[in-house]
Amino acid sequence: MDSPLLAVNHLSVRFERDVLKDVSFRVNRGDVLAIVGPNGSGKSVLLRALLGLVPHEGDVEWSGNPKIGYVPQKLAIEHTFPLSVREFMQLKEPSHEKIIELLRSVGLGDHDSYHLHHHILNQRLGLLSGGQFQRVMVAWSLADHPDILLYDEPTSGVDVGGEETIYTLLDKMRRQHNLTLILVSHDLNIVYKYANTVMCLNQSMICYGVPQEVLDPAALTKLYGGQTSFYQHHHE
Amino acid sequence: MNDPLLLQLLTGITIGLGAGYLGAFMVLKRMSLVGDALSHVALPGIALALLLHINPFIGAFAALTIAVIGIWTLEQRTNLPSETLVGIFFTISLALGLLLTPEPELLEALFGDIAKIGPADLFIAILAVGITFGVMSYARKGFILSIISSDLAKASGIAVRHIHFLFLMLVALIVALGLNVAGTLLMGSLVIIPAAAAKNLASNMFSYTWMASILGGVAAGAGILLAYFYNFSPGPMVVLAGGVIFLLTLFSQNTRL
Repeated sequence: MDSPLLAVNHLSVRFERDVLKDVSFRVNRGDVLAIVGPNGSGKSVLLRALLGLVPHEGDVEWSGNPKIGYVPQKLAIEHTFPLSVREFMQLKEPSHEKIIELLRSVGLGDHDSYHLHHHILNQRLGLLSGGQFQRVMVAWSLADHPDILLYDEPTSGVDVGGEETIYTLLDKMRRQHNLTLILVSHDLNIVYKYANTVMCLNQSMICYGVPQEVLDPAALTKLYGGQTSFYQHHHE
Repeated sequence: MNDPLLLQLLTGITIGLGAGYLGAFMVLKRMSLVGDALSHVALPGIALALLLHINPFIGAFAALTIAVIGIWTLEQRTNLPSETLVGIFFTISLALGLLLTPEPELLEALFGDIAKIGPADLFIAILAVGITFGVMSYARKGFILSIISSDLAKASGIAVRHIHFLFLMLVALIVALGLNVAGTLLMGSLVIIPAAAAKNLASNMFSYTWMASILGGVAAGAGILLAYFYNFSPGPMVVLAGGVIFLLTLFSQNTRL
């Protein structure tokens, strides 16, 4: 059996208080791991710890030096930030043709070429809609062909319809590029639909395993406290 | 190069081009006030240079370098943001500078004295601005990415801390350079105003950075000429020229968002 792509053992992060406590898990190649939990539960910090961006205790072991793509929750970009989508993509991919190809592959080039150039490529990054912005970020993160993508879902800015399609897109990309995915999500329906493993996180790990098996009412109550009434699982 | 006005103009425009270009990145990094405050840090260095009869640029740059290393080190070891640290250095240095500077030279140090510019200053300006453009174009991608998201930059393998240090050193260089034109009190605006004006006009990074640079050159040139013909002090005129340019750009499309 292959060694896991990622092995995390007893990972803890502490800023002024404990943010993550003793988290251990494995991710195999081709896995889709969804991390769920309430706001402030340490989900984004976990991704940042995996990337070595925050000081931590415990071991984070990547096997075979994989190329890691990362889409952070938000960027420090305001409406007036003078950076066009073209220039943003050029930070990673110099070829114009490849940029077009990437943007089309994430569903931004469905319209004619005029639309792509004027409303996407020459548009300021800060003026894109939430959905367009997420797609550009995915295209950007895929530009250097990562083996694994860490996707930190934004809490706001993507409409519900758009959110559904960004996951359809990620799923498509995963199949096409043989990607492993670790994603932070707030939507349990998305988790059921796309993830083969789920981790419930609230500083420490509350559940871990196949979503259909571990996401039971007891785990959800423990995870979200009294807020579980919103939860509804649509069987298809 | 015997015409003093031509010498002042060329030096001023060169510094304006460099200050505008670097200022473009400072405004995006939300370090607008850092440039302003840093320029005050130069005062004790200028004072020492005047006392030792050496070129004030050297004294100013030395003082700024010490301040930049101090700020950068404290930034790495504490959670205090640049602005707070610069604010602390700024007040201490200003106090020290005011005590050290001989009274007759105090006005010159505070507001600059473009009349004292010689061919060596033009040479230093061209060299320093050349270095600034060179370094910025070499590390441009890293700079931009670290402004957008330091996490994304670090995850992409960019040495964010080193880039930040390099950037602060360039700010020190440009600020030290501009002190002859605008003085310690007004130098900050030479860095910020052209960039703020360019941001009102530009829709992408390329046009923004070059526009900031050109507007910096135009403000410096126009200010020096106006000061010459109407017998005003050049420093304030350069800043006012920049201010007028900024006001005009407020009518552009971008500001109505």
